[in-house]
Amino acid sequence: MNHTSGGLQLAGITKRFGSFTAVDSVDLEVRPGEIHCLLGENGAGKSTLMNVLYGLLKPDEGQIVIDGSPQNFTNPRQAMAAGIGMVHQHFMLVDPFTVAENLMLGREGGFVLAKDAARQRVRELGERYTMPVDPDAVIEDLPVGVQQRVEILKALANDAQYLVFDEPTAVLTPQEIDDLMAVMDRLRSEGRAIVFITHKLREVRAVADRITVMRRGRIVGQAAPTASEAELAEMMVGRAIDLRVAKEAAAPGEPRLVVTGLKVANTAGGIVVDGVDFDVRAGETLCIAGVQGNGQSELVDALLGNVTPLEGTVTLDGTDITRATPRQTIDAGMGFVPEDREADGFVAPFTIAENLVLNRSNQAPFAHGLALDLAEIDRNAVALREEFDIRAQSVHDPISSLSGGNKQKVVLARELSRPLSVLIASQPTRGVDVGAIEFLHRRIVSERDKGTAVLLVSTELDEVEALADRVLVMYRGRVVGIVSPDTPREVLGLMMAGVPLEDAQGAPRPGKEENHG
Amino acid sequence: MAEEPADDARRAALRDRGRRWATTAGSILLALLVGAVLMIVSDPDVISQYAYLFTAPQLALGASWTKVAGAYSALLAGAVGSPAALAATAWQAAPLIAAGLGVGIAFRAGLFNIGAQGQAIWGSIAAAYVGFAWSLPPVVHLLVAVVAGVLFGAVWGGIVGLIKAKTGAHEVIVTIMMNFIAASSLAWLLLTPAFLRPGRIDPLAPPIQPSAAFPVIYGQLHVGFLVALVAAAIVWWLMERSTIGFAIRAVGSNASAAATAGMNVAGTTMVTMAISGALAGLAGVMYALGPGANAVATPLSLGLVGSVGFDALTVALLGRSRPVGTVLAGLLFGGLHSGGLAMQSLAQTPLTLSTVLQALIVLFVAAPAIVSALIPKVRAPRRPALVGGEA
Ligand SMILES: Nc1ncnc2c1ncn2[C@@H]1O[C@H](COP(=O)(O)OP(=O)(O)OP(=O)(O)O)[C@@H](O)[C@H]1O
Ligand SMILES: [Mg+2]
Repeated sequence: MNHTSGGLQLAGITKRFGSFTAVDSVDLEVRPGEIHCLLGENGAGKSTLMNVLYGLLKPDEGQIVIDGSPQNFTNPRQAMAAGIGMVHQHFMLVDPFTVAENLMLGREGGFVLAKDAARQRVRELGERYTMPVDPDAVIEDLPVGVQQRVEILKALANDAQYLVFDEPTAVLTPQEIDDLMAVMDRLRSEGRAIVFITHKLREVRAVADRITVMRRGRIVGQAAPTASEAELAEMMVGRAIDLRVAKEAAAPGEPRLVVTGLKVANTAGGIVVDGVDFDVRAGETLCIAGVQGNGQSELVDALLGNVTPLEGTVTLDGTDITRATPRQTIDAGMGFVPEDREADGFVAPFTIAENLVLNRSNQAPFAHGLALDLAEIDRNAVALREEFDIRAQSVHDPISSLSGGNKQKVVLARELSRPLSVLIASQPTRGVDVGAIEFLHRRIVSERDKGTAVLLVSTELDEVEALADRVLVMYRGRVVGIVSPDTPREVLGLMMAGVPLEDAQGAPRPGKEENHG
Repeated sequence: MAEEPADDARRAALRDRGRRWATTAGSILLALLVGAVLMIVSDPDVISQYAYLFTAPQLALGASWTKVAGAYSALLAGAVGSPAALAATAWQAAPLIAAGLGVGIAFRAGLFNIGAQGQAIWGSIAAAYVGFAWSLPPVVHLLVAVVAGVLFGAVWGGIVGLIKAKTGAHEVIVTIMMNFIAASSLAWLLLTPAFLRPGRIDPLAPPIQPSAAFPVIYGQLHVGFLVALVAAAIVWWLMERSTIGFAIRAVGSNASAAATAGMNVAGTTMVTMAISGALAGLAGVMYALGPGANAVATPLSLGLVGSVGFDALTVALLGRSRPVGTVLAGLLFGGLHSGGLAMQSLAQTPLTLSTVLQALIVLFVAAPAIVSALIPKVRAPRRPALVGGEA
């Protein structure tokens, strides 16, 4: 690469983990005032490459050049000083600290900076980028979307000229995504450069100035922002992808999961699920749509048995499971994909093989009496790695060494690999690439066709449209309505804001209402 | 493709293990150095020689050398210098290993069992009582006494697990309080007719019957040491090969994922604390039934178990909560104890120096771990594990 112009160049970067080459002589140029999209399948090496840029990983080969001068980062502090900021796939905030305190932590000079000044800075930056955040709010009390704003503010407080966003939209609601896009636009117009990693091709087409595609550690090409989603998908995965799920119309049978009058409180005691009724029949997929934080998480937690409902009943195939423990619901055939995979989906220091049997570790064939059957656990892991295309070097590696999307595949592989009566999945394809989404969607559809009742919680309207047979819209802990998946998005949007179906459609249509409540 | 990476993982694991050994060895060396400095500055005779440091440096250095070399060679001789010394080391190590295993198991479940002391005290009370009050046939008597001690330790630990599971009280606070209760219970029991030695009014229980004592193998080495090794093997199997260990490790690493996967977090906490208490109780049993210096078991008294519960914390830390590590750490500290006794009598160096050495070793080994253990919140958002391999 030539080092003549300004901007940031990565030249010949190689990063190996043992004998595995995660990033293989990658050249990448990032110019001021552009949004540069980095695309690639799960495990392609995107996060690894960016961690090298941010000083978190030392490259085995290659050079980072900023404005013509070669850099040698050994830690993020140096990268920050050189004008690089990064918002990670997993936030790196100190939870019990306030927003302002977190901002101080990231600054050169640390606590020398007065707290009032930090508060002031949060307000200023928040105003300038229309990302208002209360400087005195404690991180752990904030919703994910706001926590992410804090991460961005942290980078901006250091006056980062080069910002890396690693899958920032995976955890955001559609509204929050729009806000983020506006912020990114604003940053670009100030002459800052953004490296944007995402698996959502729609977003890529909306904001990208340039697109670089990685596969298996290498750059496989550039794409124009005008390229179609199908073209981008093919470049990423190396084969044509069917972006639509082919599925037969549902043939629903008897109701399997029946929920009546369910009331659930959150840990603070507030009623967050307020008298919800619905049923999921054999062989159908019911999607719960709604803006995050309207009771969906607590609802599925109560179904699993992690929290005990205040009122109401839940039955599975006629058996009352209202007060069942997770052990009992799992043994009754409930598959469960938690919303927050890092917190609830796996045990980070455990191996991939151990995580694949996490909910069956004390049952045949993985255990006989008290003894674990390690050979069987291994056999299971090797088979599932193959089937679900989990990109891992060895099933004995800790799951924490996997890329984000591959961790998600482990969770799904575990849940989809045993006989289920009902599958409850929250954001099942969060962070997985288009190729894997195609596969996972097909698996979920075939689970449905086997007669499993599928309950899906998704903020992703594309996913809802692709998989749902019926759509339940939740708002403030109540069911606004249950509608068909081809309901226009504007109507769904209004319902998600609490407007009942008839009002949302503009004209009242008596008798057409499908709401159970 | 499948072979090579597995190989790779093995190599990385080996490299890690090498580094850990290096840190431990370095820590022992550093501790000995600091110990030497302490010996020199605390001995007025040696320090007085330093007045002539510039005119006659050989005096100061010579005196220091004599002092340090004398003390450390006495330490070494007392720890491993003779078969009798080795036996004494094993005698010291047995309870440390047992209690260290208990504390280690709790660590792996994410629990700080500060209560090994109280659990050991109950173990010694129960074992001693069965030992002196009951009359049973030879082998049966020993077995019953051991089981009684282990059981009482398990109950004392299990109560903590129960309180934590039911009320959410922090186990550190609960175990500290339970230590006070256990120590006071012992003091009170020793004054009750059931425990008072006939004809005496001081807090000293009757001697245990020979049928309940651990048989001597050589010198102070007794069967209890073998029991500790067997316990270590069982703990290894339990943690690495059994469903119970799987649950304990899962709950210890991520309780909320464990709960979502159907594991019973409260139940696991109770089971862990009971197992932990059982092992600490076994340490108490060693003191109650193991032969003392004159080949006869020491009768139950206030200080019988010493500070084994707290020493166990250092043993578990140094052994990184793994059974093999705990056995080695127990032997090392056992050697420091028995060598310390020799050092005291032969080189007039206070016994406390070996305690200081023990503390220093753990301090150096744990220095980075201490920070993240005390402030767990700082650990969570740390850089991804990626960095670890590089350091
Ligand atoms: N610390 C590590 N040890 C071993 N392998 C690692 C480590 N970190 C990453 N890898 C491997 O490097 C590869 C690239 O991972 P990376 O996280 O960069 O992927 P990614 O492109 O960000 O994927 P995703 O879209 O799923 O986030 C993966 O195969 C991963 O398993
Ligand atoms: Mg990634």
